Amino acid sequence: MLQPQKIISRNYELPESWTLATFEKAGGYQAIRKALQMEPAKIIDEMKAANIRGRGGAGFPMGVKWSFMRPHPTKPAYLVVNADEGEPGTHKDRTIMERDPHSLIEGCMIGAYAIGAHVAYIYVRDELHLAKKRLWDAIHDARAKGYLGNRPFGAKDYPLEVHVHTGGGAYICGEETSLLNSLEGKRGEPRFKPPFPAQVGAFGCPTTVNNVESIAAAGPVLLMGGAEFSKLSRLHALNDGGSRLYGVNGHVEKPGTWEFNCGPTMNELIEHAGGVSKGRKIKCVIPGGSSTPVLLPGELFHAPDDKSPLHEWHGKSVFDVPMGVDTMRTAGSMLGTCCLTVIAEGTCMVRVAQNLARFYKHESCGQCTPCREGTAWILRIFDKIENGQGELRELDQVADIASGIVGNTICAFGEGAAGPALTFVKKFRAEFVAHIEAKGCPSKGSIL
Amino acid sequence: MPFEPTPERAREIEEIIGRYPNKQAACLPLLHLCQEQEGWCSDDVIAFVAQRLELPTSHVVGVVTFYTLFNQKPVGKHQLWVCRTLPCALRGGESILHYCEKRLGIHDGETTSDGLVTLRSAECLASCASAPMMQLDKDYHEDLTPERVDEILMKLGANLR
Repeated sequence: MLQPQKIISRNYELPESWTLATFEKAGGYQAIRKALQMEPAKIIDEMKAANIRGRGGAGFPMGVKWSFMRPHPTKPAYLVVNADEGEPGTHKDRTIMERDPHSLIEGCMIGAYAIGAHVAYIYVRDELHLAKKRLWDAIHDARAKGYLGNRPFGAKDYPLEVHVHTGGGAYICGEETSLLNSLEGKRGEPRFKPPFPAQVGAFGCPTTVNNVESIAAAGPVLLMGGAEFSKLSRLHALNDGGSRLYGVNGHVEKPGTWEFNCGPTMNELIEHAGGVSKGRKIKCVIPGGSSTPVLLPGELFHAPDDKSPLHEWHGKSVFDVPMGVDTMRTAGSMLGTCCLTVIAEGTCMVRVAQNLARFYKHESCGQCTPCREGTAWILRIFDKIENGQGELRELDQVADIASGIVGNTICAFGEGAAGPALTFVKKFRAEFVAHIEAKGCPSKGSIL
Repeated sequence: MPFEPTPERAREIEEIIGRYPNKQAACLPLLHLCQEQEGWCSDDVIAFVAQRLELPTSHVVGVVTFYTLFNQKPVGKHQLWVCRTLPCALRGGESILHYCEKRLGIHDGETTSDGLVTLRSAECLASCASAPMMQLDKDYHEDLTPERVDEILMKLGANLR
């Protein structure tokens, strides 16, 4: 049985948890007071020791990212928080912004101070109106108390400001360089890397872009000590530390978002969510948002090298392996955002693939031809197969189209769209073929 | 007629511009603010934002056409977005969309003849653990059933079929 952790989510259950009074009563704004007495480099060391793998999906260590920031003689630096949560199946950052906005503001202050920035922008997707309101209220209250401003806490001449910036309803803006363009008032089209944001980011200045949950962890980490935080994780030895938010959605009895020490298995998470709905069996799971390839219960974890720290789980079902950045990669998928979408037996996988293909076609920003044309082409093929006009030849074409996208686009959106589409066709080929042969959905299958 | 922000919005525009190191960065927030008043990003709104931020009109048009949430034509008084993406679809999202279409007598993307509601399908709104869901103006409505949808639409004063 998994025991929920209470670090990121420590204030969630408190009455009016989003107010300054509640936050302070629970010990809030102590970590930033401590931070302001520390050398910035020392704060970055703590974050490195905490082994916070970026919670937005890519899993890059936050402390290491912070250490890339170098003071520039003439340019200011910026901290930008990615709160454009929109990966299908992801619903965790919202809980922080709505239920504990001050913890994010405090994290922004610590982060900005550590990387040498005076301003932090939180880029929130426009649809999250409650989150934006709670964040603005938190900022105004913190400013009124003198926590934000020219002399935070009246203690140090280090001006700190936090602003909320609003998106315009484009999934691509969750990609960090696209987000920076959008922040600058442009179309949200990704930029070439290099230069990386740490060199040329927001407004041409050195910038760190972090996920909401990563930044919200900064306060607790500083109070607890980085190494202590990291050790909570079952995957501490793999430099995948601490605790984080996990979500379960789709065909389960009690979908939800909870915090656990890093490394629960998918089976444990599904059990925590009350098991598969109506006693059905698991067909497959999308482990961390729709861009992460689907996994089946029959798949085995393959790490034959007995010197590898991953060997411990060799031969086990991928559903019984602790979920971490490296373990899920070895399992043939990605950890992504740690929010599982559970799909039960009886679900038509052509409909599933078609649903997500439509999402990617709609959200491709159109900048790179392989992605713009490829996502539309894949959707056309899935539409035809579902509607009974598909041909076997076209099914095989999906692999060609996908390989034409992967590696040929500016950002990782292309991989995120092509990889899963290809995996659906590969792992559920018989279902696609059955649709083609029966000229339509043989089960007249609903997506439910 | 040129777009004129309300005095309160004019003050807010000043405040927004002050948050950024250049004026261009205020483009998205200003478009949101003006759209809130006008209902959509009309040519007048675009001209106003371009002039206020000293940007070419073409830049602002480029921004408006890039983002889903900027309306390029007039819409109804209320905006109803029903999530259609996988996690909602697995829990009945598609039938909630069809139910809204049936009750309002319009299709996805259309506005009721009285101009009260524009119905659109949305891509994932980060509410997957409380699916199916829809967004009505600024509010999320989660764990939907047809009965709940009826309640919400009736409260809005919609003419239900």
